[in-house]
Amino acid sequence: MEIYFINLKLFNFVNSSTINFSTFFAMENMHLKLKIWRQGGKFAPKGEFVTYELDNVSEHMSFLEMLDVLNEKLISQREEPVAFEHDCREGICGTCSMVINGHPHGPNAGTTTCQLHMRFFKDGDTVTIEPFRAKSFPVIKDLVVDREAFDRIIQAGGFISASTGQAQDANAIPVSKELASASFDAAACIGCGACVAACPNASAMLFVSAKVSHLALLPQGKVEAKRRALAMVKQMDQEGFGNCSNITACEAECPKGISVENIARLNREYISAAFAFEEKEDKGGGAG
Amino acid sequence: MALNGKVPAGNLTEKWTKYRATMPLVAPNNKRRLDIIVVGSGLAGAAAAASLGELGYNVKCFTFHDSPRRAHSIAAQGGINAAKNYRNDGDSTYRLFYDTIKGGDYRAREANVYRLAEVSASIIDQAVAQGVPFAREYGGLLDNRSFGGVQVSRTFYARGQTGQQLLIGAYQSLSRQISLGSVEMFNRHEMLDVVLVDGKARGIIARNLLTGELERHAAHAVVLATGGYGNVFYLSTNAMMCNVTAAWRSVRRGALMANPCFTQIHPTCIPVSGDYQSKLTLMSESLRNDGRVWVPQKQEDAAAIRSGHKNALDIPEEDRDYFLERRYPAFGNLVPRDVASRAAKIACDEGLGVAPTGLAVYLDFSAAIERYGRSKANMQGNHHADQKTIVELGERVVEEKYGNLFAMYEKITGENPYKMPMKIYPAVHYTMGGLWVDYNLETNIPGLFAAGECNFSDHGANRLGASALMQGLADGYFVLPYTIGNFLSNDIRTPKFDPNSAEFVQAEADVKGRIDQLMNAQGKQSVESFHRRLGKIMWEKCGMARNAEGLTQARRMIQELREEFYKDVFVPGSATGDYNPELEKALRVADFFEMGELMVIDALNRQESCGGHFREEYQTEEGEALRDDANYAYVAAWSYSGWDTDPVLHKEDLVFENVELKSRSYK
Repeated sequence: MEIYFINLKLFNFVNSSTINFSTFFAMENMHLKLKIWRQGGKFAPKGEFVTYELDNVSEHMSFLEMLDVLNEKLISQREEPVAFEHDCREGICGTCSMVINGHPHGPNAGTTTCQLHMRFFKDGDTVTIEPFRAKSFPVIKDLVVDREAFDRIIQAGGFISASTGQAQDANAIPVSKELASASFDAAACIGCGACVAACPNASAMLFVSAKVSHLALLPQGKVEAKRRALAMVKQMDQEGFGNCSNITACEAECPKGISVENIARLNREYISAAFAFEEKEDKGGGAG
Repeated sequence: MALNGKVPAGNLTEKWTKYRATMPLVAPNNKRRLDIIVVGSGLAGAAAAASLGELGYNVKCFTFHDSPRRAHSIAAQGGINAAKNYRNDGDSTYRLFYDTIKGGDYRAREANVYRLAEVSASIIDQAVAQGVPFAREYGGLLDNRSFGGVQVSRTFYARGQTGQQLLIGAYQSLSRQISLGSVEMFNRHEMLDVVLVDGKARGIIARNLLTGELERHAAHAVVLATGGYGNVFYLSTNAMMCNVTAAWRSVRRGALMANPCFTQIHPTCIPVSGDYQSKLTLMSESLRNDGRVWVPQKQEDAAAIRSGHKNALDIPEEDRDYFLERRYPAFGNLVPRDVASRAAKIACDEGLGVAPTGLAVYLDFSAAIERYGRSKANMQGNHHADQKTIVELGERVVEEKYGNLFAMYEKITGENPYKMPMKIYPAVHYTMGGLWVDYNLETNIPGLFAAGECNFSDHGANRLGASALMQGLADGYFVLPYTIGNFLSNDIRTPKFDPNSAEFVQAEADVKGRIDQLMNAQGKQSVESFHRRLGKIMWEKCGMARNAEGLTQARRMIQELREEFYKDVFVPGSATGDYNPELEKALRVADFFEMGELMVIDALNRQESCGGHFREEYQTEEGEALRDDANYAYVAAWSYSGWDTDPVLHKEDLVFENVELKSRSYK
């Protein structure tokens, strides 16, 4: 294990060179010890924790901006920066991941890593940062994992088969406000995989059930509900995700507050489909 | 070069219908033989790839994300416009067309905008059929709200996450086509060049971001749906990976970049807090339905707020300046974005800003909370509710409408916006400029199409709120799948293209040369530090207000910085065999330098003010934008061949047969 000592200097401010921000910060100079999982590249292929010391962390930084600053320093020392995924940095794209002090997306409820701010940490804290860990999410490098298993589950049936141009008028089928709202609650899933990382069984039930619920609750999605539930669960099993044993850590760690009620709904859909649904092929041919 | 927009003849209202009914088709058996590459998986890309797959073409879709669902369309908050007239408030296709043309300050092509308005209603139908959970009323029918620059309610929304829900709808349709085998998906692949064979776009060079390997992909046509270039400013509301590379490399191969100086600065974003800032967060325009924008009237009050001695609640009503309501009584807080942004800048320039930086104005919900609270209390039969009850009820209504935005604001700033007005400031948000395309959405390179934000066609010099989602999906679902047939109908006998031909090999070698140049620089400065410096030049000299002197300076500064970049950039790691996000960034920033310079040149050329392009030399006495229709009612489409020669301007004159060019007034 290597230890790097990093002393930060703030960068030149981009958009207003005349202003000195430092006088306005309540907490400008936090010192943190970061235990970060490094894997691949010049680090051990199976991974190891490397500890970095970081000074001058401002409470107004987001967690990822704190890592940006760490990386800028590593680059200035010609070290390889820590690989982590991120994009929108406003909590909606689902790209950012990582487990912070044992919690996917960090300790705050309803918050993605990119929305976590350093004001929730204290001077002198040790922060442990790891990738999401699950057999079905293999580590690519450092904190980056492969979550394409989720895409394949959606491809198995997480859609309504309505090709472009086939739609009727949008107001033709009224949908009660309550139902639309419940469907939205499930559709708010950002596909980040925190549920899997939180689950001791690495189960993807919350993710799958959110999609099944989103679509099954709407009249437009009812038609294919049974086929969808069966196909998605089959794919989920093939991807190697674990079973649900009602621990509900997924709900507790979900940054979008997706409820485990969805899992109950998935179970209902799945069981009734397993007993009642039989794929029937149309008899071919026609009179033409 | 003569630019032919290929707008069909006939009445505006009949152009699209007639054109669609008479354009050449590709028969189903021939579609199977034709390959199409779609680059990008946002609203335009996913919608196009799914629709083309449904039609029977062989589609390859590329994204640099780990999943097509991550595209930045997902971050759009407020809503999507459609001329459904479900409110019975006088909306129509013509009115949506007119609002969009006027909102764009008369710098968009009439026929394209009319078609956009025409297909808008079908988008809502399609999205509902896909399971997009739009907001509904108690009767089960769809709800609407208002957005800036219009006087009807035509915006459909799904809480503050409309983009997310629409993108998931498109992503699911795309996923269905992937499962059926009609679309092959390439995640974590970035397009680094377009390949031309006999002058037509026939493929791309893509880099596998996990292995660093360069891949050659051939097809009969290439569709770019790669988004906008707002990140040239470094700080913007765009996601971190948004970039101009796919579009810019096409320009380097001969495509034209149109109106690059038309960038949108969105008025309501969370202000910059520090020098480590990596991006800016938008607060949806929908908030201006209910939020009132103000600053203190007195400079001493503003100074006391900035130093922490006073806060918003200490300023009595009579000492507040609701400057949008004062300056623009007809539209009030719902003036278009360019107008609202400039007004906020003027207030802050006058020393009335309310953040420690001096760069923020208030967005205040107390009046709305009061109004909703009172109405809710009345509904409950409580006609003498006390103030506390009213506020509690009102806050609940506001939470239902904007809860996720308020929560996001609180997470970032640590302040409760139900109790204390939000602080907001304009930030770069969207780019109206983009690849020049004709009515078919085809660039001047045959076979190369551009859809969504990466083309220039529909928003003129300023985009209205809730119109980006509309345009992305219109292009992807309802325009491109038809118009691409025009090109492909000539190719039904063309065999598959060989990715090992000389053109592909040469393009790959060119890309490798660019990568080697960056890797071999082995300088001292990070890519990020160069990007920040470029962004600072762009924001200060080519941002909300521009002038000839600043733009001239900016061009020189960008050129110098670009030279320094190639000498002194340090890209760690290796180009192959490893995942190297720093190299990805370096390639993008390299292209931002050239794009940034072209934006400055375009801004310098356009000696008028219109929409988001405000030249300080050209303004009315009241400080409003002063257009010059006699000399600048044209699309400025630029070709760019390298550092040694100036970009060349090609003009497409804008012909207005259906609307009268008026000075844009929201007063």
